[in-house]
Amino acid sequence: MNAIIVSALLGVVMMFSGIFTTNKSLIKNIAAVGVLVLLAANLMEMYDLFAFDINTHDLIVTQRYGLFFNSIAYLATFIYIVLSGNDITEVGVNVAEYFALIFFVLCGVAILSSFNGLLMLFIGVEILSIPLYILTGSDKRNLKSNEASLKYFLMGSFSTGIMLMGIALIYGGTGSFGMVHTTLRGVVTASQPVSYLLVAGLLLLFASMSFKVSAAPFHFWTPDVYDGAPSVFTSFMSTIVKAAGMIAFIRVFENQFTVLGPTWRIIVDFVIVSTLLIGNITAVFQQSVKRMLAYSSIAQAGFMLFALYANNTEIAKEGILLYAAAYSIATIGIFAVLIKLHDYTLDGFNGLAKKEPVLAFTATVSLLSLSGIPLTAGFFAKYYVLAGAMQAGGALWLIIVAVLLAAVSVYYYFRVIQAMYFKSGDPQTLPITSGFKGVLIAVAALIILLGIWPSVLLSWLYF
Amino acid sequence: MIPVLLLFIPLVAGILGFFVKEQKGASNLAIAASVVTLLTAVVGIYAMPASMHQFEATWLPSIGASFSVSLDGMSKMLVLLTAISMPLILVATRSNKYSNPGAFYALMSLAQAGLMGVFISMDALLFYFFWELALIPVYFLSSIWGGEKRIAVTFKFFIYTFIGSLLMLVGILLVYLHTKDHSFAWSSFTNTDLTSGEETLPFFLFFIAFAIKMPIFPLHTWQPDAYEQAPTATTMVLSGVMVKMGLFAVIRWVLPMFPFAAKTFAMPIIILSVVGMIYASLIAIKQDDIKRLIAYSSIAHIGLMAAAIFAGGTLGLQGVQVQMFNHGINVIGLWIIANAIESTLGTRKLSELGGLATKAPTMAILLVVLAFANIALPLTNAFIGEFLLFNGLFQYNIWIAAVAGVSIILGAVYTLQMVQKVLFGEVSAVTANATEINCYSKWVLIVIVVFVVVLGVYPQPLIDLTKDSVNALLVIK
Repeated sequence: MNAIIVSALLGVVMMFSGIFTTNKSLIKNIAAVGVLVLLAANLMEMYDLFAFDINTHDLIVTQRYGLFFNSIAYLATFIYIVLSGNDITEVGVNVAEYFALIFFVLCGVAILSSFNGLLMLFIGVEILSIPLYILTGSDKRNLKSNEASLKYFLMGSFSTGIMLMGIALIYGGTGSFGMVHTTLRGVVTASQPVSYLLVAGLLLLFASMSFKVSAAPFHFWTPDVYDGAPSVFTSFMSTIVKAAGMIAFIRVFENQFTVLGPTWRIIVDFVIVSTLLIGNITAVFQQSVKRMLAYSSIAQAGFMLFALYANNTEIAKEGILLYAAAYSIATIGIFAVLIKLHDYTLDGFNGLAKKEPVLAFTATVSLLSLSGIPLTAGFFAKYYVLAGAMQAGGALWLIIVAVLLAAVSVYYYFRVIQAMYFKSGDPQTLPITSGFKGVLIAVAALIILLGIWPSVLLSWLYF
Repeated sequence: MIPVLLLFIPLVAGILGFFVKEQKGASNLAIAASVVTLLTAVVGIYAMPASMHQFEATWLPSIGASFSVSLDGMSKMLVLLTAISMPLILVATRSNKYSNPGAFYALMSLAQAGLMGVFISMDALLFYFFWELALIPVYFLSSIWGGEKRIAVTFKFFIYTFIGSLLMLVGILLVYLHTKDHSFAWSSFTNTDLTSGEETLPFFLFFIAFAIKMPIFPLHTWQPDAYEQAPTATTMVLSGVMVKMGLFAVIRWVLPMFPFAAKTFAMPIIILSVVGMIYASLIAIKQDDIKRLIAYSSIAHIGLMAAAIFAGGTLGLQGVQVQMFNHGINVIGLWIIANAIESTLGTRKLSELGGLATKAPTMAILLVVLAFANIALPLTNAFIGEFLLFNGLFQYNIWIAAVAGVSIILGAVYTLQMVQKVLFGEVSAVTANATEINCYSKWVLIVIVVFVVVLGVYPQPLIDLTKDSVNALLVIK
């Protein structure tokens, strides 16, 4: 509960801070400190120190796993604010509101990692999504930003409707708003066939969750929204928010296969394969790095879905955490560099290594991590989710398809590296402070550290 | 401790190298590090007790991976090759000029560290790590300092090998789930509960990765382009040492892990290898570019070694190990000549060369000796290796050995043709002002020629070095 309440309070604090000061860097620093406070509150809860003792009647059940995910998300947010905080303040005039909205999103993250029933899932998803609609449209004078916002809002509300419909049908089928796997156990063992109402409900819920994590074939909003939104917020949306959606997805469908049988596996197979295919193949053809990263985030979601496939094995659960951390940090790193450039096309990166070696280096480490090269966090992330899928007795063909598409991903990630190191050009950048460079080096070091000892992160899960 | 030192000396030199700005300092640092590595390797192998040849530390206990490295019979030969070739390469190309030299030499040292890691790791996950890490520096080396088409060509090479690596990763996972104690250790991997039928799939997942690296026909298409476009110093690393990774990995991992599958699929693989030998030799005859000629010749030689590995038998396997070393040394010699010709005359085209025997007599003598070694004439080091290889192949199947034997004749054709076009004939407009090769290249070539002759007359040390490992391998089978 600490995280949920503290993040909501901090959101309010940020909102009011805008009234008392207009100093942008002060607001940014308040936000950075706020995230640290939030992280501390969450860590306290991990070690059983509760600041608030509220009886939620089992609507919210905090477990170490979810809390640990919160810590990763908050740490990533801290890195994000430190790296890109200045760019957030450049988006528009209502600086304090942007940070307030980010804290409300973090509140949604905390709910999604600890909900214990479909109603709280719904509330969590909404708390997470609504601030994002606003952030997407925050560049008010930019037509693309407005378009993206409207599109996101319409599609998002539509999928929310589908989710509600699904929840209602599940309620009709089981008579409960409880977690799917616990309520199902009672229904299915009663030696009756699963009712159509329930199956329809589950399918609708599955579709709407796929929408939230931009898994194909519900991914169509992603490229436009990620491309249209101000880049700083794309960075946030495609990392922390997406990882939280993924955790919610996996928690709500926990153990479904053992209860519902192999037919469900076919659906998941289809979603994974099409997500990987569409994400990777389309990314190859992008000329804008920002749009490429949007498709790459679809492709990475495909990999994360392997954890859904391999549910409940220890290694898959560890894997999704590691994946969330590795993917978020690497994407935040590459976006931080991208934001500093004037030209988002591939050619805009030409010759960056000569002009700004530190930016190019961190971007390279981030891209290597996204492509899953050893010695970077991304390798172990991929390794863990694949090992989990294999241990769960997963279809080998699926894993082979996935690794072959990972080889495709190398193609588009490396084109950026090629532009930076092997081509000559004179990229125009925004002013770059040495503090920014220092943080970038720290990010690269963190990626490499996790690439050598992922246990640094994972051992926290148990101790 | 020795294997750890072999890994970390080049690694540290590589990291430091990035901070050196000028050519001389960077090259000195890399050469010094490579010489220290060489001394460590020689002293470690010949003068240190066996207890110093192993090192193990915990790495990821939760999934059963450890930092386990060992300098055993199988790896000694290739560790020596890596340790010897690096100073030779760096000294021979010392007069080449590079933009941003610090990074160039740093990446060379890092490539050496990666190669060492591949040869000494006794843990499958660690092996995979180094397998990839050896590739990354070479990718940057070729893409930054290579020829005109470097970016596209190197990228093709990278994607090719990366696909192989990923398939191998799936293979590693698959075997890992079949190990009895859920560990990545070599000893667990070679002692799994895979049935002979279940071996097939992981066998191919591993083998494709290694076949791409060697390369075996028809997966070789990246190789001539990559060799041609890479800066020559990198080409030397690639063809002298790096292609041996594939052969070594088959001996170290595939044969002990999948004995049944290796036997079942030996015939098609041997046939592919032999087809590749003949095919590459025929293409080599038509080449006009020295670098491409050596590249194709290299495919032919590697094909023979691959065939002998799968033919099995003590002599064949021993021959492979001996020949990996000899081929590494010899081919580096040929590349040094190619580098000397290109950097002094500005061309690599055989049709534009000629008459260098009168202009550069020392180089001519050295080239002729190397050419003899390339066609495995008796008294050169390659003879004993090829003899053992053909012996192994002959015992496996006499017809295949006969067809493979044709490649010896073809090898003589293209090698002697090259010698003829470079050294003899009319002095052309390009070679009119040719001078003797510089002293760095000359002395390195003399060292290589001494190796060629000494090991050709007395190959016993090489055979002794590999004997134990081959016997151990046969016991596993």
